[in-house]
Amino acid sequence: MRSRLAVLLAAVLAASACGAAQEGQGTTLNVFAAASLTESFGALEKRFEADNPGVDVKLNLAGSSKLVQQIQEGAPADVFASADEKNMDKVVDSGDVEGEPAVFATNTLTIAVPKGNPRGITSFADLAKDDLTVIVCAPQVPCGSATEKVERAAGVSLSPASEEQDVKAVLTKVEAGEADAGLVYVTDVNGRNVDHVDFAEADQAVNRYPIAVLTGAGDSDLATRFRELVLGETGKQELGKAGFGSP
Amino acid sequence: MLWIPASIALALVVLPVVGLLVRTDFARLPELLTSTASLNALRLSLVTAVLSTVACVLLGVPLAVVLARTSGPVVRLLRAVVLLPLVLPPVVGGLALLFLLGRNGFLGYLLDVTAGVRIPFTTTAVVIAQTFVAMPFLVVSLEGALRNSGDRYEQVAATLGARPWLVFRRVTLPLLLPALGSGAVLSFARALGEFGATITFAGSLEGVTRTLPLEVYNQAEADIDSAVALALLLVVVAILVIAVARPRALEGAVGERTGKRRTGGARA
Repeated sequence: MRSRLAVLLAAVLAASACGAAQEGQGTTLNVFAAASLTESFGALEKRFEADNPGVDVKLNLAGSSKLVQQIQEGAPADVFASADEKNMDKVVDSGDVEGEPAVFATNTLTIAVPKGNPRGITSFADLAKDDLTVIVCAPQVPCGSATEKVERAAGVSLSPASEEQDVKAVLTKVEAGEADAGLVYVTDVNGRNVDHVDFAEADQAVNRYPIAVLTGAGDSDLATRFRELVLGETGKQELGKAGFGSP
Repeated sequence: MLWIPASIALALVVLPVVGLLVRTDFARLPELLTSTASLNALRLSLVTAVLSTVACVLLGVPLAVVLARTSGPVVRLLRAVVLLPLVLPPVVGGLALLFLLGRNGFLGYLLDVTAGVRIPFTTTAVVIAQTFVAMPFLVVSLEGALRNSGDRYEQVAATLGARPWLVFRRVTLPLLLPALGSGAVLSFARALGEFGATITFAGSLEGVTRTLPLEVYNQAEADIDSAVALALLLVVVAILVIAVARPRALEGAVGERTGKRRTGGARA
């Protein structure tokens, strides 16, 4: 019984070894990207895989600061696209970036409101009204620090009911009708069950998205090609579709 | 041979905490723990966890007694329903609370229209979320104890002429005390660590709804050292509570058992 098991095991091992040998061509490119890039990088992933047969792009999408932690703890990452320059600076400082990061997109805040804008919000100053339940991001995350910047620029001080950890949590509470308004990025309201009100002061806090090849990259030529794709015309098109501005 | 899996089990529990200790920046610890945000979170956590433990006891004891002392298919179903918060992901529990007590939830709408009361984004919401997830711990440990002890004493008290409320106060409750102690400690510990239901239902605002676990999550975005320090604080508080309260509950259990033996002997 035991010897039969051993034979079986050996056969399985041999088979998997063959499999690995046949796939020798295939390379994996690990791209760590901010969660707000989900749709546009999904499209760019397909484009890149079509242009580079045998290459499998794996997207790891999360909040930029979480990605920074993962990179610094040694997660396998070839390219990093951050939602703000502060988080990119952290990996530059820890020596994980090869060359210089380049800015490929910009994003601005908008006011997300429940469908039909029941409270009739038209400007950023409206958000300071006492009877409104307003939700923002915590200052520790990029959308929260952008909110603080806008508050200063507009001379309006908000008293939010809650400071959420990411844009998605803000949107969930606006969609559920628990909040009258929430500050999120223009790219986040697409496809969500909310309306949005753009405001002039948003220009005071433009978020810039940098991308960089990492020193831990397995194939830095391939990683550089992906970076070029994002920075080039194709990248600009896909990002524009999602509502990003170009730098 | 038991010691092999036993030590693996112990390692699984202890080693991650060791990992936390290794990562802690002890030089900055006092400064990190005494920031206003940390102190606010600690105070809010202690206050809400105590309040929700009290709520668990006030509501959970009667529920456990009812569940243990009645039978039938409906009660069996109810017993399973009560355990629901144990298996539901806390985030789902938070959403469920939001859809009940939120502005558009049927109970929340009623409260808003009739009394002008809004629950989400308040400290009350934190206590409700914690009570929701912690209550099963109390009910389960109490119900088990009640079933083990049986209802002989209550029946005897009743035949001696005691009314139900007197039986409950003078017979049922004293028998339950040890299990009540350990159940309350478990509930407190669960309430203290509550995260998912709180952030979904109550939101996160310093001094109002941002408890220690939420502050840890918030700090992890910006300053990982601060998050680690706060997590360590949470571990210390939890260990303190368990160390102080748990042995007493266990001693109580032993005392009860010997007490029972003595009455048994007297009867013989």
